[in-house]
Amino acid sequence: MACIEARGLRKAFGTTIALDGIDLRVEEGRILGLIGPNGAGKTTVFNSILGLTAYQGELKVLGRDPWTDRDLLMRDVCFIADVAVLPRWMRVSQALDYVAGVHPRFDRAKAEGFLARTNIKRTSKVRELSKGMIAQLHLALVMAIDAKLLILDEPTLGLDILYRKQFYDSLLNDYYDRTRTIVVTTHQVEEIQNVLTDVMFINAGRIVLSCSMEEFESRYLELMVHSELLAAARALKPIHERQVLGRSIMLFDRADRQQLAALGDVRTPSIADLFVAVLGNQSGTSQGAGV
Amino acid sequence: MNTQSNAVPESHFDSQVSAPAVLSATRPMYWSVRRELWENRSIYIAPLAVAAVAMVGFLVSLIHLSRNMRILATLDEAHQLVMLAMPYSHVAWMIMLTALLVGIFYSLDALHSERRDRSILFWKSLPVSDLTTVLSKASIPLVILPLLVSVTFLAVQWIMLLLTSAVLISSGVGAATFWSQLPLFQMQLGMLYGVAVLTLWWAPIYAWLMLVSGWVRRAAFLWAVLPLLAISAVEKIAFHTSFFGSLLLSRLIGFAPNAFAFKMPDGAPIDPHFIPLSQLTPGRFLSSPGLWVGLLVAAAFLAAAVRLRHYREPL
Repeated sequence: MACIEARGLRKAFGTTIALDGIDLRVEEGRILGLIGPNGAGKTTVFNSILGLTAYQGELKVLGRDPWTDRDLLMRDVCFIADVAVLPRWMRVSQALDYVAGVHPRFDRAKAEGFLARTNIKRTSKVRELSKGMIAQLHLALVMAIDAKLLILDEPTLGLDILYRKQFYDSLLNDYYDRTRTIVVTTHQVEEIQNVLTDVMFINAGRIVLSCSMEEFESRYLELMVHSELLAAARALKPIHERQVLGRSIMLFDRADRQQLAALGDVRTPSIADLFVAVLGNQSGTSQGAGV
Repeated sequence: MNTQSNAVPESHFDSQVSAPAVLSATRPMYWSVRRELWENRSIYIAPLAVAAVAMVGFLVSLIHLSRNMRILATLDEAHQLVMLAMPYSHVAWMIMLTALLVGIFYSLDALHSERRDRSILFWKSLPVSDLTTVLSKASIPLVILPLLVSVTFLAVQWIMLLLTSAVLISSGVGAATFWSQLPLFQMQLGMLYGVAVLTLWWAPIYAWLMLVSGWVRRAAFLWAVLPLLAISAVEKIAFHTSFFGSLLLSRLIGFAPNAFAFKMPDGAPIDPHFIPLSQLTPGRFLSSPGLWVGLLVAAAFLAAAVRLRHYREPL
């Protein structure tokens, strides 16, 4: 059974189409990065998966219909929206008490263990914590839940680089165990490139690219062209070309590595560069990459 | 077969399902109610604060106690009763009125604040249904506040009684006459009845306020009140009738004529400071259509609020 399975997922707000027929299949144990510019429909996809919004089309999450079974689904699904959703009046101890009270799969000792590594006091209110600490608290709560699917919607928004690094480190070291599934969106793509097993680009409510990271690495190559071989390189039809410090950098889809190596320095592109290339090539989508 | 040692996750899950089905329904409810009390501390602080202020006033009044007792002795029995009962009834009314205000403002904010501060995303990320959430919030004005009010004024009245007795005994008057004349038990029973009656009668009002709080983006109070006033005004202007207005009025105060008989059997009016048990009419109250229609409407409003919360997102 796939963890998430969507067919023809559609959602419109008035005349604005947020999701325009999304097909999606996420297997158990994957870490999927959902990458897209602002307004591409990432949050709408998440809200559909979490049962927070109604949709058209077929969607099954862990075999359930999220819109009708949200409360049951949430026993197996965890969700961090962004740092601002923890209620500001709540004390840290109350947050622990409450989640322990309502969640059958919450391991309080585990959450206390994660919190012990931070500077967060049990008696503090959420409003007294820094943004980074609130993210740590939310992550501690979520990581102590024995869930099958974790959804992260810009979990590190507004955090400094230390907190961001720490966030993904603890997620990988203390939480991910190859049976859990994680779906994450972020604008700081480069920070999670090594974390992901799969990547998906979404733009204007459609999925424009979907592949595993192995496929990504074998399929896409970036070439820093020797200036005298520019014409030869262009003849191989790069999907994108840009200038950096006076040198041309070209992106190739399914090119021969040996052939490219003769024309310059070859390396695997970053997800961000591929994203710019793929979206730049789409006609009429010049809203700029949000990565 | 030893199911205990069976480590297959599926069977572990199955064994969880049957037994604590009831538990799993009441636990989220219990913690959701506690959550409301954490967030809205005014629910218990306000009635307690008013009770404390009332106690201060009462302590000051004790200075004149012996003089008042002498005046009391010159009155006839009916007036004695009223005069003795008055401070006890005043305290109960003040606490009740505070609880009404707290309940009104709590209900107006109940399904609004979680959207305003975006915490609805956190609450909805936990396995708590919309039904549990709305019922836990409705339980504040319908169950928690009435219980709190009752416990508070019962406690305060007993403290007042003990203080009065202490002063009377120490001033040499003796508390025996006072104890024999003050029908405290009867009074308290009547007041508890009053709290229950008012809560049941007002249930649709609280439910309406909660529904509006889940519906509107801002100015919940205006949305809750102005449309009702507008309908009454339009009816008055267009048809020169005031059915809707009197409907609203009867919802606010209509419990009283149904739940109490304000005339003694001999036709004499009774003083609202002390209503004898014989003047409580629970049978008439329970058989009044206004009560049951009101409860049905309250249930409909709450069902709509549950439905609405299903669709709600942060503001």
